[in-house]
Amino acid sequence: MSEIRLMMGNEAIAEAAIRAGCDGYFGYPITPQSEVLEYLMAEKPYERTGMVVLQAESELAAVNMLYGGGAAGKRVMTTSSSPGISLMQEAISYMAGAEIPCLIANVVRGGPGLGTIQPSQSDYFQATKGGGHGDYCLFVLAPSSVQEMADFVKLGFEMAFKYRNPVMILSDGVIGQVMEKVELIDPIPRRTQEEIIKECPWATTGKTPDRERNIITSLDLDPIRQEKHVMNLKEKFEKMKEDVMWENIQTDDAEYLIVAYGSSARISQKTIDLARNEGIKVGLFRPITLYPFPEKELERLSKQVKGILSVEMSLGQLIEDVRLAVHDRVPVEHYGRVGGSVHTPFQVLEALKEKIVNKY
Amino acid sequence: MTEEIIIAGFGGQGVQSMGKILATSGMKQGLNVSWFPSYGPEMRGGTSNVTVILSDERISSPVLNEYDTAIVLNQPSIDKFENSIKPGGILIYDPHGITRHPQRNDIEIYQVEAANKASEAGNMRIFNMIVLGGYLKIKSIVSLDFIEEGLKESLPERHHHLIPANLNAIKIGQEIIKKIN
Repeated sequence: MSEIRLMMGNEAIAEAAIRAGCDGYFGYPITPQSEVLEYLMAEKPYERTGMVVLQAESELAAVNMLYGGGAAGKRVMTTSSSPGISLMQEAISYMAGAEIPCLIANVVRGGPGLGTIQPSQSDYFQATKGGGHGDYCLFVLAPSSVQEMADFVKLGFEMAFKYRNPVMILSDGVIGQVMEKVELIDPIPRRTQEEIIKECPWATTGKTPDRERNIITSLDLDPIRQEKHVMNLKEKFEKMKEDVMWENIQTDDAEYLIVAYGSSARISQKTIDLARNEGIKVGLFRPITLYPFPEKELERLSKQVKGILSVEMSLGQLIEDVRLAVHDRVPVEHYGRVGGSVHTPFQVLEALKEKIVNKY
Repeated sequence: MTEEIIIAGFGGQGVQSMGKILATSGMKQGLNVSWFPSYGPEMRGGTSNVTVILSDERISSPVLNEYDTAIVLNQPSIDKFENSIKPGGILIYDPHGITRHPQRNDIEIYQVEAANKASEAGNMRIFNMIVLGGYLKIKSIVSLDFIEEGLKESLPERHHHLIPANLNAIKIGQEIIKKIN
């Protein structure tokens, strides 16, 4: 039986992890996502499902525990916030190179540096364009509600194992801290070791006489073999486009478009109601996967509108993917508060008028 | 129906928990709800606020710039949120310790002397429930039956013996709230 509860986004991630049959959570506290670890420690899933919950000595330790767990075919995850995610980048690149599945949630706060503990969306480039070194992509999901915080844990694990690649949930302080109604799925049992061996023939589950050794590494000093490996990765990153997700809100008759994800998408939904009350026909395009970016659908929508406002709590990162998708067919402008300040629906409306509606 | 509320006051007054009880109760009644706290470096004695939305429709933004109702429990909160109330909206405040009272005449202003009542009862911890009672008298969006369910769910079980006192505080609030404009 599914269950309905009032939960904070961070708590929903934690509860969803237990219910998704997660084998291990490794984390280190940082605002605004410390409730994930707090919730798991209070729930003690290790007593019920055997799921490991461990507060590591640092973000570096936590993410390398993911490397180990993921290499063994376990469903493992961590959560952190911007500065902590920066610390993890080396291992994330290694996991992408070694094709290790894992789930990482970033509840973004304002930066750069230690910045602030308040919400921001300024880690878009880091999440979608690599973040660490080398040619790689993460599968990136952007929840805009507590429900999606919960749903994307199960989906995230599915994508991680489907592509043998780290998956990132890119959230922010608003979605992490807000409490909403959430419908939780029935718990899925953790996989048995036999099931893992069957589903993950590549994993380091212990060599048996009937097969070769499984070697998990991101190192290959032979440039020809390494090139082939990177080309294989590229094929995988292309294939991820089959799982692209987006949401169109009031776009059917839209003459203008707002593109926004996560909390900015929620805020912009209110802007759309305000704008339509004033007779401005604006719709919202919400990318749900940020990589793969829903470029085809956005390109299609761009043909019907006179201008696009990209809304993101940043100096303008999402806007680059928006512009690539619409090929300069229509004007695209950016609006967003930064440094932990959250724009209001009214501020987005003012920006929409000033930068788009009054000009085009 | 959508009701957008800001509740603001000193940290320690029970602002966040009042919002949580209201949101939980609304959810129990079948409404969509959103509860978004100011989670900055607030501390006891500092200011604290929470945005609560109750709606029978899908809730768009959990972050708002104007409200149907403001429940403002200290001077800085009155100063900050009085002008963020929609025309025709409601402001509820406790006059205790207030030197600059709300001025607007395009909204309905109510006083609930919760601090005095809680002090008379010798239990300052029911302060926020007296205020909530006042609010529920003006806007009976969530019924008392569901408030009781909300209390059960919001409070840890070891505090469930306090539920009758909380429900009584709500009744006091309903009795003492008065319109002043």
